[in-house]
Amino acid sequence: MSPLADITFSEPIPFLQEQHLEVRELIHRYAQEQVKPRAARLDEEKVFPHDTVAELAEMGMLGVPFPEEVGGAGLDYLSYILVIEELARVCGTTSITVAAHTSLGTNPIYQFGTDLQKEKYLRKLATGEMLGAFALTEPGAGSDARASKTTAVRDGDDWIVNGVKVYCTNGTHAGTVILTTKTENGITAFIAEKSFPGISNGTLEDKLGLRGSDTRELVFEDVRIPDENRVGEEGGGFKRFMMTLDAGRISIGAMALGLAQGALDVALPYAIERKQFGQTLGQFGAIQERLADMAVKIHTARLTLYHAAALKDEGRHVAYAGSIGKLYASEIAMEVIDSAIQIMGGNGFTREYPVERMFRDAKLCEIGEGTSEVQRLVISRMMLKSVQ
Amino acid sequence: MDIIVCMKRVPDSAAKITVAGDAKSIEQDGVDHVISPYDEIAVEKALQLKEAHGGTVTVVCLGVAAATKEIRQALAMGADQAVHLKDAGGNRGPLEIAQALAGVIKGRACDLLLFGKQSIDADNGAVGVMVARLLDLPVVSLVAQLDVADGRATVHRQSEVGTEVIEVTLPAAFTVQRGLAEPRYPKIKGIMQAKKKPLEEIDAPAPAGTMALDKLEPPAAREGGRIVGEGKDAVGELVRLLSQEAKVLS
Ligand SMILES: Cc1cc2nc3c(=O)[nH]c(=O)nc-3n(C[C@H](O)[C@H](O)[C@H](O)COP(=O)(O)OP(=O)(O)OC[C@H]3O[C@@H](n4cnc5c(N)ncnc54)[C@H](O)[C@@H]3O)c2cc1C
Repeated sequence: MSPLADITFSEPIPFLQEQHLEVRELIHRYAQEQVKPRAARLDEEKVFPHDTVAELAEMGMLGVPFPEEVGGAGLDYLSYILVIEELARVCGTTSITVAAHTSLGTNPIYQFGTDLQKEKYLRKLATGEMLGAFALTEPGAGSDARASKTTAVRDGDDWIVNGVKVYCTNGTHAGTVILTTKTENGITAFIAEKSFPGISNGTLEDKLGLRGSDTRELVFEDVRIPDENRVGEEGGGFKRFMMTLDAGRISIGAMALGLAQGALDVALPYAIERKQFGQTLGQFGAIQERLADMAVKIHTARLTLYHAAALKDEGRHVAYAGSIGKLYASEIAMEVIDSAIQIMGGNGFTREYPVERMFRDAKLCEIGEGTSEVQRLVISRMMLKSVQ
Repeated sequence: MDIIVCMKRVPDSAAKITVAGDAKSIEQDGVDHVISPYDEIAVEKALQLKEAHGGTVTVVCLGVAAATKEIRQALAMGADQAVHLKDAGGNRGPLEIAQALAGVIKGRACDLLLFGKQSIDADNGAVGVMVARLLDLPVVSLVAQLDVADGRATVHRQSEVGTEVIEVTLPAAFTVQRGLAEPRYPKIKGIMQAKKKPLEEIDAPAPAGTMALDKLEPPAAREGGRIVGEGKDAVGELVRLLSQEAKVLS
């Protein structure tokens, strides 16, 4: 274990109870022993982490925040955030796979699903028997998610869905896809089984980072979805999805935090070992300043995100705290990993070390589940509203 | 089938070990502890046997109060119950440890008694066979394969000499090594259930003081390598050094 792991592991954090520490220790050990050695290959060969997903399912890590009665591990959102952080610390691809599955592909069914939907899908998702995906983004509807052009038209007890969704994480391998559609009176959400006739795989994205993650275009052609698979009332989909994103953002923040911590895990021992001008890098003031700034940013991001997760566990709204955590963590992740590369010089730039991969992986955190610009909009709107 | 596994808490092999101020113990600060890896293999094998044949798995640990953490891990992996022989400090040689363990195992239902072949800190490799002797059980050490059927165990004992295939009537004791089983990670559910499983705490008998540790010293730092030359020209000198100085060639 790296020296820093010891610091973060012994520093008591008030939000973390015994149960949080236990699950963190378990996922930390698994991530370091099993996920870390696989990470470079996932990135280089663009392979999806099927084995890891199966092992995580076995351990109960694909349903961390859901109750045992529905197949989950019976822990809370903060525990789930710790799992994402520890996975991202060694592998971005693995962490986004679990995050998209849990907070986007599964949580909406847990929060807003009918009993029947829970019966049919939630158990399989929460136990990890199948993966979940979430399709909001379209070619013409990104930040402006309301601009959705995917249509759902009522046909008796069913709906007929047509449209194209892009950038759907886990889109290829998911058993279910939760999607937003345009209906007569607004945005309506549905659960589609991936095997429903008329759903086909479009382009698999070739990406800067998170290269093993499954980012898929999905094409819906006359897909018949039973009304019982509608999530929430007609026209009520948008609000619900935004609430999903509020909590989902905390997990993207956790991913950024994990990547930043992972880069420091590598750069710190490097700074202690590497010598130039007869000194270790860690003896140069310029490097010490970088290290301190990295630690301060990581620490701040960690507390901000744990706070947001703890608020969610108290049943409070997390739009504000979640946006702040996501925005801050994703931006400091880029800065921290940039510093890690700088500290490591040419080695940091090469594939001999994982920091260049972390750099590429972390960029997504400033884009997915609301770009940084959108987070600033969300935060400032809430601020302005509060004084009106 | 009732299986008892003895397990020890040891410093993580990845931990940086330094000698503490008393020059008799290691610095505990910042050192992570784990179940000694061979013992963890024994726990895993016990669980696999239980899953295949039914029965119970009990872990027994002689260790400091903090060893509860490693005991809980074994329970989280799936062991049914645990006995924690609480060690309040002092030195014990292998025989004293074996006597303490045999003391709590005696009288408990036990078809199979498993140990790691050695702990990774003390490296004595003695406790398992001593406990077996004290309990009058047949024992096979260095077991890399273990199958149970009809009240008998067929084991592969692997050593540098080769592999011996041995059949033993149960109850019997075995010390196990790598290759026997791959320890599982606990499930989250297992961690939660572990808290409700029976954990018997017994104060270990005070050490008799027959063995004292006078001084603990870190191993001498390894010397750097030496380059004796380049290409073919270096071969003669290299062979001479390897055979005469290092004595690894004859
Ligand atoms: C790897 C990956 C995985 C993804 N996974 C999923 C998924 O599982 N499900 C899903 O539905 N989507 C997913 N997405 C899509 C992601 O959420 C969108 O890419 C993101 O919301 C931004 O939308 P866009 O790409 O269309 O960019 P645009 O909306 O076109 O934005 C382009 C730029 O304009 C800025 N901008 C836009 N509007 C404003 C404004 N009002 N004020 C100021 N600036 C603005 C943006 O901040 C950005 O800088 C994924 C994307 C990636 C790359």
